[in-house]
Amino acid sequence: MALPGFGLIAIFIILPFFFAIALSFTNQRLISPNPTQFIGMANYSRLLGVGVTTIQPERDDEGEIIRNAAGAPEYPRLRTIIRGNPDFANLAGMREWFSWERSDEARTIVLARDVVFMKALVNTLLFVIIVAPVQATLALGLALLINQRLRGISFYRAVYFMPVVVSIVVVSLLWRFIYDGNNGLLNNMLSALTFGWFEGHDWLGDPSTALGAIMVMSIWQAVGFHMVIWLSGLQTISPTLYEAAAIEGASKAQTFRYVTWPGLRNTAVLILIVITMQAFALFAQIDVMTNGGPRDSTQTIVFQAVERGYGRQDISGGSTISVLLFLLVLTISLIQGFLTREKT
Amino acid sequence: MAQVSLRNVRKSFGAVDVIKGVDIDIADGEFVVFVGPSGCGKSTLLRMIAGLEDITDGDLEIDGVRMNDRQPKDRGIAMVFQTYAIFPHMTVRENVAFGLTINKTPKAEAAAKVAEAARILQMEHLMDRKPSQLSGGQRQRVAIGRAIVRDPKVFLFDEPLSNLDAALRMDMRMEIGKLHQSLGASMIYVTHDQVEAMTLADKIVVLKDGLVMQVGTPMDLYHAPDNLFVAGFLGAPSMNFIDVKLTEMESELATVENAAMQPIKVAHKGRALSVGGRGVLGIRPQYLHPVAPSEGMLHGKVALTERLGAETVVEVMLKDGEKVIAALAEDRILAPGTEIGLRFDAAQAHLFADDATQRKAVH
Ligand SMILES: Nc1ncnc2c1ncn2[C@@H]1O[C@H](COP(=O)(O)OP(=O)(O)OP(=O)(O)O)[C@@H](O)[C@H]1O
Ligand SMILES: [Mg+2]
Repeated sequence: MALPGFGLIAIFIILPFFFAIALSFTNQRLISPNPTQFIGMANYSRLLGVGVTTIQPERDDEGEIIRNAAGAPEYPRLRTIIRGNPDFANLAGMREWFSWERSDEARTIVLARDVVFMKALVNTLLFVIIVAPVQATLALGLALLINQRLRGISFYRAVYFMPVVVSIVVVSLLWRFIYDGNNGLLNNMLSALTFGWFEGHDWLGDPSTALGAIMVMSIWQAVGFHMVIWLSGLQTISPTLYEAAAIEGASKAQTFRYVTWPGLRNTAVLILIVITMQAFALFAQIDVMTNGGPRDSTQTIVFQAVERGYGRQDISGGSTISVLLFLLVLTISLIQGFLTREKT
Repeated sequence: MAQVSLRNVRKSFGAVDVIKGVDIDIADGEFVVFVGPSGCGKSTLLRMIAGLEDITDGDLEIDGVRMNDRQPKDRGIAMVFQTYAIFPHMTVRENVAFGLTINKTPKAEAAAKVAEAARILQMEHLMDRKPSQLSGGQRQRVAIGRAIVRDPKVFLFDEPLSNLDAALRMDMRMEIGKLHQSLGASMIYVTHDQVEAMTLADKIVVLKDGLVMQVGTPMDLYHAPDNLFVAGFLGAPSMNFIDVKLTEMESELATVENAAMQPIKVAHKGRALSVGGRGVLGIRPQYLHPVAPSEGMLHGKVALTERLGAETVVEVMLKDGEKVIAALAEDRILAPGTEIGLRFDAAQAHLFADDATQRKAVH
């Protein structure tokens, strides 16, 4: 009975999964005349390699630190130190990821073999850490509002759910217009609200706002979906529990704390896991809206996996990223599962 | 402890009238049971007293204070639900103490009250369990405990025992009776179960379609039902109704007869009956005694017997084709088809005006 279903799962999910793992240990390319070779962990070390080094500012002949016009010390170019220097063999081929000044005398630099991937990793984690709680909370708030017995409530339900039904690609296209730097809806609205004081901002073109803009739009798009899940959780709570609480004189906040929230425990776990996974899979918005830019400020793990696997035909590199993503999500799910386990 | 009074209380859900003008007085410390067929509005009435449903019209007073617009918590009531409504994630102790926690009662005082409730309900050993580790009866005990610590003037019960099995129901019924005696609070109790109603109540209110059919002590209702509905609703097996013709009316007694029955005289209690008209004679199965065919007041053949050990229930097909039930307080074998006579004491029969809407009691 279950065989056809299992067969499909095997062909389309399980097989590719093991394929990806196998490929991540090779140098396979999408189309290549050369035979595939087993290269061990090289793909992984290429992605994950990081190093740290400290450099001193340049000094003049008297040993004084050379300062620029603003008084900041001048440092030699990192490349000139590392390249061809046997002392830094382990850092060869790495590029600066970020750095900070320890004191006036030294600068600590963190290097990464693949800076773009590191940025993608950080962006994705940032996205998850911000979007998951905000989206879950907003969705719960909406669900609580919508769960009342008011006239016309199903209209609001439909409205909040609408963005979920529309394809994310279409939504992303729409939001590109909203965020547009010249005549975008958002700029127009802000300028109207501030009586022309606000002069417009290229939300997606500015590295400091691009990721934030995508977060806002992603939260808006999926909040209706999670609202519906919360709603179904709310409906499983017996109305008599609320009546019992009312008779005991529980306030709204107390009712939420003692009746609603405990009744939503399982829903909360589900939502947390679903949102986390969705957030980790962030791709379509990036692909449509920014392509990872500006200046890699919206790179994400999945976007990188696709870009390498297909854009650069580096199938093994893309597979490696996928496997890393899988391990990351697995770890986080296990941690979440552990933290939210039923305590007896 | 409190008096409760309902004055011409009504309830409509939209266009549907569910409670159609109910007057009830409940004395201090009284145990009142609402009974009636499913859907007659018992729960609705109770929930209106609790404040869980608005009162569409009329007045609800507790201790002389109008309560219509008070919040449930300010009415001095506590309620026990059919489905227990205890909080699944809290321990028994936390459940019982819930109202005290909500009202930020000092810890020592709360602990004392909870301990007292646990003692009264003999559930000290259960206090640290979760509801999922309790039986149905124990859960209902927890719900009652939560009601007790509120120290209410009026306890409200909505079919508290109907989710329990028969044996447990009897135990809990007795416990609730004892609880009433020891607390002395007024209690209003909704049930489907006649035995609960008869054994627990100081006063029974019989409801039908949102109207009060009769209010009285259990024995009043059993021995002197006001109308066909109450007569048919209380008692098991339910009362036999025999269509009769009135041939004579005196000041107290009326003479009635039909094809299967010789003329007899029964009290008419001033009901709307007239000579030559029709009436309904009601006789409880327990008051019908089988005799030899020649000595019977009713004549027929045995159609069916059910032997229950201490009791035998006999269905008799009367000559005119109607069926009556006799319940004999002994084990007796009566073969189907046997000619049989039935006797009864006319003083134990009731004469009602015919009313088709009340005739068929729903159980
Ligand atoms: N919220 C509501 N909206 C509309 N009609 C309702 C509502 N609650 C109850 N009713 C109707 O009111 C009538 C009385 O219901 P109620 O629950 O009081 O009956 P009940 O006597 O308690 O019955 P049962 O013995 O089955 O519990 C029923 O016909 C029911 O359909
Ligand atoms: Mg009911």
